[in-house]
Amino acid sequence: MLNRPFREISNKLMKYNIYIGFICACAILLTSCSKPSDSTHSGTSRQIINIQNATSEQELKIGLSQYPSTLHPAIESMVAKYYALGMLSRPITSYDPDWNLVCNLCITLPTIENGQALLEKTPDGEDGIAVTFQLPEDAKWGDGQALTTADVLFAWQVGRNNQSGAINTELYRRTYALDVNNKHSFTLHINKVVYDYNHLGQFYPLPAHLEKAVFEENPYEYRHRTQYNAQPTNPGLWSGPYVLKEVAQGSYLRLEKNPYWYGKKPYFNEIELRAIENTAALEANLLSGTIDMIAGELGLTLDQALSFKKRHGDDYKVTFKPGLLYEHVEINLRNPILADKRVRQALMYALDRDLISQQLFSGMQPVANSSISPLGKNASNNIRTYPYNLSKANELLDQAGWNTFVDDVRVDAAGNSLRLEIMTTAGDKTRELVEQVMQNQLKKAGIDLRIKNESARVFFGQTTRERKFSGMAMFSWSMAPDNVPRTTLHSSEIPTQENNYAGQNYSGINIPELDTLIEQLEGELDARKRAPLWQAIQQIYVEELSVLPLYWRSNAYITPKWLKGLQPTGHLDPSTLRIEDWVRTE
Amino acid sequence: MSRFIAWRLLQGLLVLFIMSFVIYALIGLMPGDPIDLMISSDPNMTAADAARLRSLYGLDLPIYERYLNWISTALSGDLGYSRLFGQPVLQALFPALINSVMLLGLAFTISVCVAIPLGTLAASRPRSFLDYSVNLAAFAGISIPSFWLALMLIIIFAVFLGWLPAGGIAPQNANIIETLKYMILPATTLSVVSIGSHIRYVRAAMIEVLRQDYIRTAKAKGAKNTRIIWKHALRNAMIPVVTILALDFGYLFSGALVTETIYSWPGMGKLIFDSVMGNDFNLALVALLFATALTLTGNLLADICYAWLDPRIVIGQEPS
Repeated sequence: MLNRPFREISNKLMKYNIYIGFICACAILLTSCSKPSDSTHSGTSRQIINIQNATSEQELKIGLSQYPSTLHPAIESMVAKYYALGMLSRPITSYDPDWNLVCNLCITLPTIENGQALLEKTPDGEDGIAVTFQLPEDAKWGDGQALTTADVLFAWQVGRNNQSGAINTELYRRTYALDVNNKHSFTLHINKVVYDYNHLGQFYPLPAHLEKAVFEENPYEYRHRTQYNAQPTNPGLWSGPYVLKEVAQGSYLRLEKNPYWYGKKPYFNEIELRAIENTAALEANLLSGTIDMIAGELGLTLDQALSFKKRHGDDYKVTFKPGLLYEHVEINLRNPILADKRVRQALMYALDRDLISQQLFSGMQPVANSSISPLGKNASNNIRTYPYNLSKANELLDQAGWNTFVDDVRVDAAGNSLRLEIMTTAGDKTRELVEQVMQNQLKKAGIDLRIKNESARVFFGQTTRERKFSGMAMFSWSMAPDNVPRTTLHSSEIPTQENNYAGQNYSGINIPELDTLIEQLEGELDARKRAPLWQAIQQIYVEELSVLPLYWRSNAYITPKWLKGLQPTGHLDPSTLRIEDWVRTE
Repeated sequence: MSRFIAWRLLQGLLVLFIMSFVIYALIGLMPGDPIDLMISSDPNMTAADAARLRSLYGLDLPIYERYLNWISTALSGDLGYSRLFGQPVLQALFPALINSVMLLGLAFTISVCVAIPLGTLAASRPRSFLDYSVNLAAFAGISIPSFWLALMLIIIFAVFLGWLPAGGIAPQNANIIETLKYMILPATTLSVVSIGSHIRYVRAAMIEVLRQDYIRTAKAKGAKNTRIIWKHALRNAMIPVVTILALDFGYLFSGALVTETIYSWPGMGKLIFDSVMGNDFNLALVALLFATALTLTGNLLADICYAWLDPRIVIGQEPS
């Protein structure tokens, strides 16, 4: 009797043996299709088997969380694009991992001291500078054509043309002429005296022999018809250590060595850049061996990287590099409560940013004291700082008239509550967590902080741009090592309806002294005289607090232990600009 | 029949025209534009630069003017360029479409091939062990969130077992086995969810049909059970199921965003999402219109199938 149900089940299963057979056949096929594994990672309780045993030792697969929309050096500004370009082309100048300006595609960095930069008068009679660059004579494009000043001139003409839609606008705005001295030397004429005259930003020569005809046919349509989009695997487009071999749109880029590369030969024969937007999937791809490493510039978030390090720190090298991505709270100075400087300062004293850095980020994202990174040479140690001090915060709020409490919230003489609103990008776990911590910390000072988050698209597209946040907005700025904060602090950069909400001075800070300092700083050639100007700007910044600095964000580079030579930069110029130094050591 | 098809095609064109404006207006009304994205990654971009670029891209024009510009060039056969991919729209759309058809086509085929027999078998033995097992599996399939299932499959089959790639697409020179290996996990994820719902539809339709008088008559005449189920009942039960499958036909071409994102599969779902979020008007519009057109086509095919499945239905004729 007991066996009867089992027999019934067995009989029923037998009736469907065709299906069972089919499933078994699929399983066998699947197993036979899979390749035997050759590598295992130890150090965790489970064994992780690599599928990519076919990967050659001299092939490197890098995972990124973004796919570049174009690889044209002068069009669109995307981190993924610059990451790939670091291997495919070289800008004339860039910042190195120590944040010093260096030559990539020039022999010596022009300076006033070495005579390659000369003060001159512009055709309008204003003070300007002429800067002469010398290209390496053996520089070549990937099709063997010589890379000359004709390519530099063409790139400059593309950038200067208003119809081309080129980025790196600052360079084209301030250079009014480019003289070709010979095949390997050119002089740029700058229409004002600026101290960073030898920094050309993301300026890459373009192959005139391939692109000039397309551009001259229709400059407006050039950004669509360029061969960088139409035929990106043409080796003549690239002048870096690698050329593009294969493109799977939205999925991966495959690079191979450039036979005409004139510099140090890179170690890896092929490099694959695989775009995996979902960071959980990015991690799974790393563990499965589908990719070898995760780029720090576009990889896991810090909390994911910290968690990854705990779980797989024995198998992979996890490097945290604080950089120039600066997380802060923008204050809307039109808010009557926040218009009072004492309230803004009280907010800073009431926030325990050190605790946030230690508890949430294991100290990997250091506290920011101003908008100038302490890792750069322009940071000043002699400025006011705001260590956590609740009694000082209370004192300042009392002085500002918020000295009565109703239900633990401060109220002023008119009975208004000290209620503020903070906004950030919804779905960003880290920012949402920081908001909650801030809410709790400010509550202790009698400040009622309300959280109101929006999707990134609405937040950046409308709320911050049109200054529609009622109190505070939390996000980050990225910057270059020597970046003068004109776009974020100068009064001409306040977004208004009149200028169609263009400009990045979202807080609306408008201090004539600050404007003057920024203008003076831009034109001061003597580094010793710039130091006090940097100091003065930072001092105003921390006194006025139109922005509450929070912390410096870090990038997490997750690499295999056998990879050596990768130097995280922490700024906009990616680590791939030194791909020739990357080697496999096992 | 031909008059009916012509009429439906005309209706479809009208729907597409209205949809083109609705989609364009909705995307245009979303806050932000591509220049905002550029500003966030270029600290040196000034107010004047942003204004110049907005003017260059035509983003400073009112939405209706932008739409009129687009429709006039589209009607002349020029669908414009994709801002995100820097390529003509169809060139950007085509690889994603192929990827989606391959992946969702496989998932759809698996789903239909598994769901119709299982739903039919479950309906033919209601309240049996088989019926309960199939129902349990169906509910499990419907209830499992696809992102969770996808991650679990990656962890099991890619990370632990190392049998299959964790995501992406096969290299261009890959053979069919290699290509299929990249498709197994995403196709399984997609089909598990749809198998569950398809089983439920097939089962419900079959149970309804098996209660009909003509089935009883067929049994009374001594027809074999398998013949009754597979020949008489299933064909009639397919009419509501075809409606569901027709709607899924449109879905086949509009992609599956979550699954495509987790498996890094560059298909239509991801393309549409990225183009909408990246303010790529041309690409978003054409991709969404394409998906709309295919949904309409799917419904038209379903109407034609009704007549094939049930000879009593004469399409294009008013019910008497």
